[in-house]
Amino acid sequence: MKFFDDIRIGDLRELGKHQFTAEAIKRFAASFDPQPFHMDEEAARRSHFGALCASGWHSTAACMRLIVDYHKRLAAEMIARGEQPAKIGPSPGFKNLKWLKPIYAGDTVAFASEVIELRPSGSRPQWGVVRMQTIGTNQKGERVYEIENIAFIERRAA
Amino acid sequence: MLDRGTEISIAIPMPRIYFEDFVPGAVTTYGPRTVTREEIIAFASEFDPQPMHLDEEAAKKTMLGGLSASGWHSCAIMMRLLYDGFLVNAASMGAPGIDEMKWLKPVRPGDALSVRLTVLDKREPKTRPELGFVQFRCELLNQQGEVVLDSAYPGMFAKRNRGAAE
Repeated sequence: MKFFDDIRIGDLRELGKHQFTAEAIKRFAASFDPQPFHMDEEAARRSHFGALCASGWHSTAACMRLIVDYHKRLAAEMIARGEQPAKIGPSPGFKNLKWLKPIYAGDTVAFASEVIELRPSGSRPQWGVVRMQTIGTNQKGERVYEIENIAFIERRAA
Repeated sequence: MLDRGTEISIAIPMPRIYFEDFVPGAVTTYGPRTVTREEIIAFASEFDPQPMHLDEEAAKKTMLGGLSASGWHSCAIMMRLLYDGFLVNAASMGAPGIDEMKWLKPVRPGDALSVRLTVLDKREPKTRPELGFVQFRCELLNQQGEVVLDSAYPGMFAKRNRGAAE
């Protein structure tokens, strides 16, 4: 990750794509969200969703995995260039998570994020607070997912 | 309507809880469910492979000061507690999203988590008479009674009097 001081509002990140298979949708649902429309094709067909679709929490988890992998790739590139990557702290939460459309079995969702706010942390001077909007778009170009993430990112030593 | 002759591969219980049954101000608690170290590491390995969720020694050096569950794992556990607590019996039509989520404290291995659900408000969209939105505050508490997660979201439920979605 870039240091807080090097991040600008409007910075864009293409996080990557994730395909939601029927098997993975059912496996996640069996552990965490076993509502019929996430567990069984026939039950889903008779529901208002019309077909098997992923738990909303599955979409957030899959997006997180892409974010972590993105940061690991970026850190490796920085180390290869002889730069020190910034640390990422725990997130205090998020706002305005929107499951705009169902993510159906077989759908591939591309996630991307944009920096929308930067501020120094009041209580932790070595950290900055970065707010990002992340969106997910399916293979038909439909926006299916939106969230405002918040992260603590390390500042350069003064 | 069910197609005659279609085999139903999983049992779908008849819902007992509809939009009409939610009362603003009502508070209910579901759980607890104990979170194991193995579950924390398994979830993180698949979805959030950062040191503070994977390895005790590495986690000690992070801001969280020790192994803790991914915030997304806490959300998923909250979902499961809600499902087992009442959604299994409800005419749920899902949720359009989460207005706000605060991860207030780390969830540690061995924590016994309960969910405290408060009905804040209800609204009935004119364009969709078959359903209503129930606005919830949903908190996750550990065995010490500390709120580890605080969230607000609208749930969608079918109306009893307009028939379920099926």
